[in-house]
Amino acid sequence: MATSVAQHAPAGPATLGARLWSWITTTDHKRIGILYGVTAFAFFLLGGLEALIIRLQLASSGNTVVSAEAYNQLFTMHGTTMVFLAIMPLSAAFFNFIIPLQIGARDVAFPRLNAFSYWVFLLGGLFMNASFLVGAAPNGGWFGYANLTSTQYSPGLNIDFWVLGLQILGIASIAAGINFIVTIINLRAPGMKLMRMPVFTWMSLVTQFIIVTAFPVITVALVFLMFDRFFGTTFYSVAAGGDVLLWQHLFWLFGHPEVYILILPAMGIISDVIPTFSRKPLFGYAIVVYSGLLIGVLGWGVWAHHMFQVGLGPIADSVFSATTMLIAIPTGVKIFNWIATMWGGKIRFTTSMLFAVGFIAMFIVGGLSGVMHSSPPADLQQTDTYFVVAHFHYVLFGGSMLGIFAGIYYWWPKVTGRLLSERIGKLHFWLTVIGANLSFFPMHFIGLLGMPRRIYTYDPALGLDTMNLVATIGAFTMGLGALVFVVNVIWSRRRGELAGNDPWGGATLEWAISSPPPVYNFSVIPEVSSRLPMWAEDGMTPVPATPPAPVHVPGGSYWPVVAAIGIVVMAIGAILKSLLITLGGTAVLVVSIYAWSFEHFEV
Amino acid sequence: MVLAAILVVAAAACSGEYPQSTLHPTADFGEQIDVLFRTIFWWAVGVFVVVESALIFVLFRYRDRRGAADPKHVHGHTLLEVAWTLAPAVVLVFIAVPTIRTIFRTEQAPPADALTVEVIGHQWWWEFRYPESGVVTANEMHVPQGRTVVLSMTSEDVIHSFWVPKLGGKRDVIPGRTTRIVFTPDSIGEVYGQCAEFCGESHANMRFRVMVDTPEAFAAWVDRQRQPAPPADSLDEQQRLGAQVYMSKGCLACHAIQGVSAGVLGPDLTHVGSRTTVASGILPNTAEGLARWLRNPPAEKPGSLMPMVPMTDDEIGALVAYLLRLN
Amino acid sequence: MMHAATAHHSSTGLDSRKLAFWMFIGSECLLFGSLISTYLVYQGRSVQGPTPEEILNIPLTSVSTFVLLMSSLAMVLALAAVTRGDRTWSRVWLLATALLGVGFLGFQAYEFASFVHEGLTLRTNLFGSTFFVLTGTHGAHVFIGVVWLLTLVVRSLQGKLGPDKAMNVEIAGLYWHFVDVVWIVIFTVVYLLS
Repeated sequence: MATSVAQHAPAGPATLGARLWSWITTTDHKRIGILYGVTAFAFFLLGGLEALIIRLQLASSGNTVVSAEAYNQLFTMHGTTMVFLAIMPLSAAFFNFIIPLQIGARDVAFPRLNAFSYWVFLLGGLFMNASFLVGAAPNGGWFGYANLTSTQYSPGLNIDFWVLGLQILGIASIAAGINFIVTIINLRAPGMKLMRMPVFTWMSLVTQFIIVTAFPVITVALVFLMFDRFFGTTFYSVAAGGDVLLWQHLFWLFGHPEVYILILPAMGIISDVIPTFSRKPLFGYAIVVYSGLLIGVLGWGVWAHHMFQVGLGPIADSVFSATTMLIAIPTGVKIFNWIATMWGGKIRFTTSMLFAVGFIAMFIVGGLSGVMHSSPPADLQQTDTYFVVAHFHYVLFGGSMLGIFAGIYYWWPKVTGRLLSERIGKLHFWLTVIGANLSFFPMHFIGLLGMPRRIYTYDPALGLDTMNLVATIGAFTMGLGALVFVVNVIWSRRRGELAGNDPWGGATLEWAISSPPPVYNFSVIPEVSSRLPMWAEDGMTPVPATPPAPVHVPGGSYWPVVAAIGIVVMAIGAILKSLLITLGGTAVLVVSIYAWSFEHFEV
Repeated sequence: MVLAAILVVAAAACSGEYPQSTLHPTADFGEQIDVLFRTIFWWAVGVFVVVESALIFVLFRYRDRRGAADPKHVHGHTLLEVAWTLAPAVVLVFIAVPTIRTIFRTEQAPPADALTVEVIGHQWWWEFRYPESGVVTANEMHVPQGRTVVLSMTSEDVIHSFWVPKLGGKRDVIPGRTTRIVFTPDSIGEVYGQCAEFCGESHANMRFRVMVDTPEAFAAWVDRQRQPAPPADSLDEQQRLGAQVYMSKGCLACHAIQGVSAGVLGPDLTHVGSRTTVASGILPNTAEGLARWLRNPPAEKPGSLMPMVPMTDDEIGALVAYLLRLN
Repeated sequence: MMHAATAHHSSTGLDSRKLAFWMFIGSECLLFGSLISTYLVYQGRSVQGPTPEEILNIPLTSVSTFVLLMSSLAMVLALAAVTRGDRTWSRVWLLATALLGVGFLGFQAYEFASFVHEGLTLRTNLFGSTFFVLTGTHGAHVFIGVVWLLTLVVRSLQGKLGPDKAMNVEIAGLYWHFVDVVWIVIFTVVYLLS
């Protein structure tokens, strides 16, 4: 239903039920962004907890903290959780909250589809983790290589949860991807040309294109696996003439672009954070944007570098090696541009800026070890060892997660209206960065000295006990850092300093409006005449605090939640091998699609 | 502080005994990779130092000083940007050229007189077959120093990966496919290997050893391996009891001992007593180690296909005596 | 299907729903691309029959392909009728499109049934697995399209499909034509080139 402003403005004390209902039915991109953020952070803590148990087990050789089977479940779920349930949705939290504000829009293009994406993500994540309750968490690794995942070698429910859960999460990602592409392309404020968009929005746009094109590929790989497991097809069956490498090709055709899905938003975040705290525009805006685009495109041509060890032959090895090395160029360019942005600037070391700088410092290490992996002969010694574990943790923790923390500290006041504590924040930063390096740096050596990844125990004769203990200490230091962050959040909710519209002197549109923003975002859609509207020489026409005329904002809808429930019920039916439940879920889905289509809903 | 930690770790890594290290190769394949790796490594260190120094310099030099004026708004500099697009490209050329050279060199066809060893991956142990001599063994591969070895590898079940870091890079062992590793070991000794592709519950316990022997010692080893199992009348009392246990407790269904049984699911035991480890490299092949394994295999190697067979201590002792006699 | 939050302006001038649908189709291209690639990669790798040469009925499928192609023509006419506000003909052509789609599905059901009868199922061999999953996925798309078209027919009968709703029909048409084009590719790859 179309509603005016009043409905969403908190009108007096509402009952708890009513408030809960308003969150469940919300289609406001900002509230959905908060839901994404809170949920994803909870999953991040869960994935972190899994990591700590893993590190406890590996603290010394021959430890028996967990069994082999439990360990395999833990590392599988740690990877799956961090990729699909933590980093991607944490980025999605920013897409939701920030993109419409940065482009001067009142909401995303399809608010209900947006709510649907969130609920599918939440329920899919819960579905996957429910596997722990029945003692059958996925145990085939996050890249679940065939034919280990076949019924013959993995007869339990573990892989069923994984294959169904990932398909559910794929639906959420594709739906959100389409939504944000349309939002960014079509809902920009007048004058917000593509090349005036903030870099975060730009990198998010590239990310959405990758999501929309990469997820169908893994969906097909998962459908094959699902059919093999549920209906007895032979896609990954060697006996029937199938090729187990089919899975690897399909998985990495998705999997490598996925890496850029994880890192590009964080690159976008720090491309906004660094100029703000250097009080200088981003150096070489155009080249940073184009290099992001180029990374997105090249990301499609490198998948087989995950497969050098299968023996692709010298020609394929050389080609994929070369394409992989090429990606180092646009990546390097970005790093140089960030440093050049700070050059000659006036750098304020806020917590957000520290995390952004931490991103650069650690990403350099991850990038350089990435170049080592791009050389197939060297990679043959490094892949599937702790060296590659070190590499992708430098990129995904040192890169993506530090970038996300930079974004959290940067936009927290915009989201909540209150600042996070800088003092607690700095403690959080130092614990995180020291812990990360203490944990991940020795892993380079652990790998080079012969420790494969994904092993629950190792031979004391390898001589790697000390370094593993150091890595474990580092992991717990990071864990402490995460707790400090939680303290900071609680502190900010109670005592955080009021932020005002623009606590940092930011240049982009989101800082033109109040914190937290009103439900309609912009009382008047601003006219944009420069890339850095808030820093424009002639200033920006202020956005009035109250709308001159009533603004229509979309009302709530519960059909997205119902549709999401339908999808998850279908998966539950599959787990229980109950056709009836699956059909029930399908019916719920169909009904909700119709109700959704015909409900009166407009902006 | 972090730097200090890094240095300590680095120093530790360069000394000491690391039987599974990639940094101390003992075969041409590993050495070629090592040379390439060191080339890339030093380039990486150079880039690391330059870029991180620039970062630290900027952070120090341009930190906010109270009262400083706002910086000028610079939007870019075409020449500079072109320069730092080209710079990494140039560095990459220096990495790409030796890389591609090494790819082709390490994937060359082996010489005709190379020793072929068929490697078969199983959950979770390794089978080695020598078609030249008919020798079949498990979890312990012997190769002669100085002669090129071709590993022709496949898997009986899921994907494994053959990795002996000191000999060279890993190569996946894939069901339905045959993959290859070619190397020439140049110094004698025992090196460690381990499965490097996650292959299920006991992936961590799929280890093995490679013994690089002098050509003479290798020939002697082959000769010994070709001997049939000791005839029943050469066994002492306890060993004979052990042989009976072997037959009566079902061992024979999965294991082969030439002239005794022909099971194919587990390792060939004809010369099990000659190996240094048992249970794919996780226990020493001593009376104690073997007894511990036989008492409860799934406890040592979770998920092991070999079940726990209830046996008395005497039966285990006899079986151990018998198996160790098979050398 | 989705009602857009049709913003008060569109930066590109394109309708948001239409743009979204183009993105969706792009995504679907990768889906079918992966399925078709797998079919091609696995061609001739089955360790036992029946093989495509033995079992595929090209004349019959040519007829069903023709039926589906005609449905696209009907779809074009339906959109034209809706746009000019011609209620009778918009119903006729929408219904015709749907019925032709049903006809195609009938052919496919017959084909599947006869294959099963001749001993080719999902489980028989790689050809069976890849063939049924590929054509089955396509058939499911046609089925959804038919339901969609019938929904539009009902809306039209309710008098709720005037020229102002032409975009709803245009998007359904976009989907329908896409599904059609995919079939042309599948027909070529699976039937004609085997």
